[in-house]
Amino acid sequence: MNILKHAKGFWSSIVLAIVFGVVMQFLITGEIINFFYVNTLYFIGINIILAASLHLIIGITGQFSIGHAGFLAVGAYASAIITMKLELPFAFGLLAGGVAAAIAGLIIGIPTLRLKGDYLAIATLGFGEIVRIVFLNIEYVGGASGMTVTQLTTWPWLFGSILLTLIVIRNFTNSTHGRACISVRENEIAADAMGINTTYYKVIAFAIGAFFAGVAGALYAHNFFIIQPTNFGFLKSFDILIFVVLGGLGSMSGAVLAAILLTIVSTFLQSYPELRMIIYSLVLIIMMLYRPQGIMGTRELTSFFKIGKSAKGGVNDDSKHTVA
Amino acid sequence: MEFLQQLVNGVSLGSIYALIALGYTMVYGIVKLINFAHGDIFMVGAFIGFYSITILDLGFFPSLLISMVTCAILGVLIERIAYKPLRNATRIAALITAIGVSLLIEYGVIYVRGAQPEAYPGDLIPATSLDFLGVKVSSQSLLILGTSVVLMILLQFIVHKTKIGKAMRAVSHDMDAARLMGINVNNTISATFAIGSALAGAAGVAFGMYYTKIEPLMGIIPGLKAFVAAVLGGIGIIPGAMVGGLLLGVIESLVSAAGFSLWRDGVAFVVLILILIFRPAGLFGKNVREKV
Repeated sequence: MNILKHAKGFWSSIVLAIVFGVVMQFLITGEIINFFYVNTLYFIGINIILAASLHLIIGITGQFSIGHAGFLAVGAYASAIITMKLELPFAFGLLAGGVAAAIAGLIIGIPTLRLKGDYLAIATLGFGEIVRIVFLNIEYVGGASGMTVTQLTTWPWLFGSILLTLIVIRNFTNSTHGRACISVRENEIAADAMGINTTYYKVIAFAIGAFFAGVAGALYAHNFFIIQPTNFGFLKSFDILIFVVLGGLGSMSGAVLAAILLTIVSTFLQSYPELRMIIYSLVLIIMMLYRPQGIMGTRELTSFFKIGKSAKGGVNDDSKHTVA
Repeated sequence: MEFLQQLVNGVSLGSIYALIALGYTMVYGIVKLINFAHGDIFMVGAFIGFYSITILDLGFFPSLLISMVTCAILGVLIERIAYKPLRNATRIAALITAIGVSLLIEYGVIYVRGAQPEAYPGDLIPATSLDFLGVKVSSQSLLILGTSVVLMILLQFIVHKTKIGKAMRAVSHDMDAARLMGINVNNTISATFAIGSALAGAAGVAFGMYYTKIEPLMGIIPGLKAFVAAVLGGIGIIPGAMVGGLLLGVIESLVSAAGFSLWRDGVAFVVLILILIFRPAGLFGKNVREKV
């Protein structure tokens, strides 16, 4: 009975989301909201996918990765090659972006996830830089001058990807595997002692996170007409990181909210890029000093409405914040 | 001869990396924090040096000194304001704060003076070059090498022969035991930040002399590479940072000499990942078994 009730909440939220998506589609095709806002909307959507995918790696599994832009780059370039060079449909591009990034995630994850804490952070940072430099040196994808891509990202594709990302990550978190990942986050040694194959779950979480970052990369590439290696530097990784940290390490709705909020803020501060970064960094420092668990802690939005009381991000208690 | 020439270039570059890496390694050794802002202190040092040369009309050594002192103060300020309250927080919180401080310094400098690059004056020291076995060694590389060697010897002296150095070693060994022995842990940590930042400031001036071009975002890549150098030598170990820095500089120069100059920036990170996989304790480090 309980399960049924839970599932009811799940299906009703999906129906609600689809209604929202259809309404937005009419607003866009009817040109009721202007181009600037549509563009912001796309940007928000891509950032939501990125934030959710990094949330799975940092928030749920507790693996501090700061090279997420590397997966974004892999996805962007892989999908651009599929649609521009091989002239296949966009759907293949999306899939190829995700798969390529997931493979990259496996390749980087299997050796580096044996490392912990700071070392893992630095290794992933190094990986992000290597990806950027590799694309900088491949003439096939345009080197430093980048690669031109036609705009193929449309609202249905974007919205479908967001929905898929959020559902998959939510259900993964609530599954046996997700709980194993949370246990790795809480205490890796204890999880190991309980018979959980920690390396396996870390790599799985990393690969799934990378997959969705790759999908976001495909959407990103086909929205901005041109992709250049400089778009995927350390600062991009940092942009994604701040969504997760600000929203609350371990809270998917927090990460999504932070992604929406910060994208809107940065759109308005677009003409003052330095100011934007100063505000970002100050927010980050002050946040860490006074509320290190982020806006939402490990709680989810739904826990405020008492719909699904199944602690999605793990512990439901702010005071017991133990990420990393 | 080409090989030897590249080796000389590599050693000059490597000594700059080594100077920055020393700060990373000392701070990590004592508070277990990757001080991401270190690369930006290096950048600030380069700018302080530039302004004292061009505006105050000072020579190389007074500028070096001013830059070192200013950076030391900046390092202590950062430690006191941003890192000290987080000393008992999670490592990730401290790491995120360090990234935040780094970005704050970078974009603060851009906000104050703009993002345009500056060029170090080239006539600071007579531009002669020594011919040594057919290898040209410019006076600048000699100066940089000399400065770094002197600073490293000074550092070794401070760490091993003075009271504050002894305190630093004690705190890095066991902070609580050191506190029980009556060592002022807070002052010792501040001193570590001061010394490390001063070395980064010196490296900034040396970098400006060697490459002439400085800009507000110049600290990111050398900072990361210096961190790689520190990991390469074994993080927390002072001689390791020196050797790691020199080694990394030589590796980079040899890679660009082999015709892969565009890949140069990538090599450091490949070295990093290889060392983390095969010998995470670094060249000079000992493997420590993890206790539950």
